Amino acid sequence: MAAVVAAQRPAPTDGVAAEAIHVENLHKKFGQLHVLKGVSLSARDGEVVAIIGGSGSGKSTLLRCINCLENPTSGIIRVNGEQIRLKPNSLGDSVPADRRQIERIRSRLGMVFQSFNLWSHMTLIENVIEVPVHVLGVKRSDAIVEAEKLLARVGLAEKRDVYPAYLSGGQQQRAAIARALAVQPRVMLFDEPTSALDPELVGEVLKVIGDLAREGRTMVLVTHEMKFAREVATHVIYLWNGVVEEEGPPEQIFGAPKSERLKQFIRSIG
Amino acid sequence: MPIENLLNPMLQSATIELLSISPPGWGANLLRGLANSIQIAVGAFGLGLAIGIAGAWGKLYGSPMVRDLMEIYTTVVRAVPELVLILLLYYAGTDLINRALDSFGYAPIDISGLVAGICVLGVVQGAYATEVIRGAILAIPQGQIEAARAYGMPPGKMLRRITLPAMLPFAIPGLANLWLIATKDTALLAVVGFNELTQETRQAGATTKAYFTFFVAAGVLYLLLTLFSNVIIGRIERWARRGMPPVTESGQ
Repeated sequence: MAAVVAAQRPAPTDGVAAEAIHVENLHKKFGQLHVLKGVSLSARDGEVVAIIGGSGSGKSTLLRCINCLENPTSGIIRVNGEQIRLKPNSLGDSVPADRRQIERIRSRLGMVFQSFNLWSHMTLIENVIEVPVHVLGVKRSDAIVEAEKLLARVGLAEKRDVYPAYLSGGQQQRAAIARALAVQPRVMLFDEPTSALDPELVGEVLKVIGDLAREGRTMVLVTHEMKFAREVATHVIYLWNGVVEEEGPPEQIFGAPKSERLKQFIRSIG
Repeated sequence: MPIENLLNPMLQSATIELLSISPPGWGANLLRGLANSIQIAVGAFGLGLAIGIAGAWGKLYGSPMVRDLMEIYTTVVRAVPELVLILLLYYAGTDLINRALDSFGYAPIDISGLVAGICVLGVVQGAYATEVIRGAILAIPQGQIEAARAYGMPPGKMLRRITLPAMLPFAIPGLANLWLIATKDTALLAVVGFNELTQETRQAGATTKAYFTFFVAAGVLYLLLTLFSNVIIGRIERWARRGMPPVTESGQ
């Protein structure tokens, strides 16, 4: 695994790690509702960017715009230096102009969803090898070897032939993380990965994500777990009402917040 | 025992003879009719399934024009009685094709009853299958489709690998109904003179005047086909639902 991780991260040029995700002046409207009002975000290789904010602040929308699961209204999105080509559609949104380009970019972004979204007609091992085999063109036998390692890593080796519906939420989410790792992602995107879990299952999932963060994986993480964000993030963005209200290193955001709204938010979360 | 008195002679000699496979029995004709019926049902159901998948896809993800066209298709086909559609598509359809061939300078062709039957019933089945499959696709937890998109799966692969297998458990009951309807709708093709089971039965009955015997025999054949279908459908459904925990009553 270590070799794979090292290979993924290009050597930093002139002392600064390359920018893995670059979002600039992103706007998103749902009809009349202006959800994102010019948000910018940057994640360099090895960084863990946590996006926090109240409900309706636009944090999930921002994450989902990075791989165009949500079509932005306007803005610039670059993944590993490659700008996603967008064109306007009839609804006034910008949609990917080149299907192959967006598919290629998406296939190297490991996305983990709030509600796991494992494919219910596939066993865990089938879920994990699906994208490598059918999108990335990896040989099936090689993919299985790799998938078994990944399932072992998230503690699910003995569940390889079980269907997702027979597992707990925590197990499903760990399997979903294995599925994301299987594409050897340049960046992992986490969309509130513990929000749908029973409280006693949150810990096992956070532990897996924390380990990934500590081994230097690039991540963008939307979360409600402030303690966790403080522990693993290298950079925290506080969104309020569709704008970046405050951002900075976690010590500053949680230890010495400047904005009144952020202070209030941190107090309310406790 | 008056009933036995009535049945005994029938069961003993005449009936067996009438239904025997070798002439002068009509058994072989009935079985040939059944084979034709099954051929049409399989073909029509398959065609209907293909139209249904395309139709559901068009209705859910197509452009506004495609959606409207699909809506017109399903509405018209489901509004008009099947018998009318069969007569219309069979006679008008053959006529239309031959006129088109004629205008391009080709000789008219004689369209086989089998092909015509499959096409006509397939178009009817397709309209119903469109709705069954559309409903089943809507029943898939949308997150599973979204996950496929998020991992860069191209649309065709997503249909094959995710959408179709995931919608199958929700579509099987409706599709099973359509299959059983297809097996029996083949009887409607008797009106255009196609030698399926009902037509063969009518002929056998008319020739021998043993209507009761032959129609009961045909009924039994249809029933056997249905029972056999149920076994297969049950297996397919168990396979399609492999990822779903069984529904059990509480306390079991």
